[in-house]
Amino acid sequence: MAEAVVSRTVVVSNQQGLHARPADLFVKLAGQFESKIEVIKDNERVDGKSILEILTLAARQGTQLTIEATGPDADNALEALAELVESGFESGVSEDNSTVE
Amino acid sequence: MQKLQGIAVSPGVAVGEAMVMDTEGFRIPRRFVARDAVEHELERLEAAMAAAGAEIERNRAAVSRELGEQYAAVFSAHLQMLRDPTLRTEMEGMIRERHYSPEYAVSRALRRYAKVFQSIESSYLAERANDIFDIEKRLLRNLLGRRREELSHLVSQVIVLAHNLTPSETANLNRKYVRGFVTEVGGPGGHTAIVAEGLEIPAVVGTGPFLTDVSGGDVVIIDGDQGLVILQPDEETLAHYQYEAEQNRTRAAQLETLRDLPAETVDGTRIELLANIEFPSEVLHCVERGADGIGLYRTEFLYLGADAEPDEDVHYEAYARVVSEIGDRPVVIRTCDLGADKVTYDVDGARNPTLGLRSIRLSLQNLPLFRTQLRAVLRASAEGDVRLMFPLVSTVMELRQAKMVLTDVMEDLDDEGVSFNRDLPVGMMVEVPAAVMMIDHFVDEVDFLSIGTNDLTQYTLAADRSNKEVAGLYNSYDPSVLRLMRIAIAAADLKGVPINACGQMAGSSLCTMLLLGMGLRRLSVTPSSVPEVKKVCRTVDLAACRQVAERVMALENARDIKSYLREEVKKILPEMVV
Repeated sequence: MAEAVVSRTVVVSNQQGLHARPADLFVKLAGQFESKIEVIKDNERVDGKSILEILTLAARQGTQLTIEATGPDADNALEALAELVESGFESGVSEDNSTVE
Repeated sequence: MQKLQGIAVSPGVAVGEAMVMDTEGFRIPRRFVARDAVEHELERLEAAMAAAGAEIERNRAAVSRELGEQYAAVFSAHLQMLRDPTLRTEMEGMIRERHYSPEYAVSRALRRYAKVFQSIESSYLAERANDIFDIEKRLLRNLLGRRREELSHLVSQVIVLAHNLTPSETANLNRKYVRGFVTEVGGPGGHTAIVAEGLEIPAVVGTGPFLTDVSGGDVVIIDGDQGLVILQPDEETLAHYQYEAEQNRTRAAQLETLRDLPAETVDGTRIELLANIEFPSEVLHCVERGADGIGLYRTEFLYLGADAEPDEDVHYEAYARVVSEIGDRPVVIRTCDLGADKVTYDVDGARNPTLGLRSIRLSLQNLPLFRTQLRAVLRASAEGDVRLMFPLVSTVMELRQAKMVLTDVMEDLDDEGVSFNRDLPVGMMVEVPAAVMMIDHFVDEVDFLSIGTNDLTQYTLAADRSNKEVAGLYNSYDPSVLRLMRIAIAAADLKGVPINACGQMAGSSLCTMLLLGMGLRRLSVTPSSVPEVKKVCRTVDLAACRQVAERVMALENARDIKSYLREEVKKILPEMVV
């Protein structure tokens, strides 16, 4: 069975960029899918299920990221993850403005 | 390979495995595990990760309950980091394929991420490095459990790498296992540095931050002569230093043949070569190297080693041991010279500590403490050639006060029928420029003088020797320091008062010709320097030394003086110049 590879480019919209808490949410969500998830910034490509790798991208507000999903539920995964990033990591979170780190 | 430049405080070369001390004093004990233990070690890692995860989860729940969910978010991120699949694959790979111990693998893998975060230009991510260290500590705590070992319980040879070591921590280093140490902070002449010299292990201080770049078990080279620290050395560098260490051993063996020969110049002038010590156990090093006595017994460690203030018997036992082991040779006991840099971990605690309440000032304001020490010195004086010395004397009044207390204590001992040497020679350190300017008065009131070149340098140049920012100013070769020394020597000679030098300068073979040429006939040096200084003494004649001193006095800066001295020593003892 040929695996579908789908990708979409998104822009990090929240003010603090992809810091620990958003990265945590991203990885948690990515972990719910069977597909392999990768995040690409410029020419860096990291595992979308690894918070440490994602943090090393140091993606600030306005950074373009390409999310690539490979596997049986790739379409659904891509949809959910892209929405999470584009919503400024608001989806499913009650409060986000706090600077608690 | 990574090279760090620090400040050389104790000479020699050491090559060995790193033991990294963080603020919690963790050490990573082993680097490799046996092939057949791999599965077991993986299970240990698994268990430690589960336990660490449970701890974080508990923290998260507690914070969430008390402060609210958003405050607990950071723990959620920690948990995610701990369970990161890439991290786990990496650590398991290290254990399975490279046979690293789980402790080493944890440290290695996490510190790599910490370093990446620190290198990214974002203060936000630099702070994330602290999250990583937090996770590392948590895992190590769980892995090491009760086996967590401390500096004092070493069982294999290591090179200690630490942010800072207090003088008492340094003093407690076991020479058998600690081959050298490096600290991120600290300066030359500080007490940690002096202890390192006393222990005769290579040491470099003030390198700046580097602990995050190294893991326990890494091979590290300390070049205590150049103040260099080399992390992950390449083969060529490693071979070079191993050769160097071998050469040093050979040279030491050659110098040993001088042990029973006197420090006498070619023209037949006998130089009294004494040694500086801080612990009674060092007397043995002095005797082994043929020192003429103890020119400076620093008593501070009686105060630093213990939790409580030492009582009279603790003092007495230490002094009596030194006196009995040195035999009929003299022992100069210096009263407490404690200052802020020697007591506290954090030098910033007091403003201008070196200009504050320390040393003889502290003794004169704490008479019970002072009297306790004086009683013990007097009691020991009944058993050998004991002499008493007051440090940091700034004014004639201070000296008189100290002597009055001494007379008072003598009367007490008389009343109690305790025996002591009534003619105990009393001297003082010359280390404050004010004392030099008034030296013609001091010489009438003391039996001997000793120039403390370290403090004299710092007070003359107004440069705190433990402050890296101004460490460049702190230089004992500075002509201003030499001129003050010359004044003191001339005044002492005029009245026939014996005078010596006892700072680090006195022990540098580079300075021996200069100091003899300036008129000194007594030097008190760190025990390890005795053979080398003796070698120089036995090679030179005084006329040549006087010429060297004259030439030096005409030079206008420390660098010229040092390079000139280097040339001169090279002429007479080429093998000695490194």
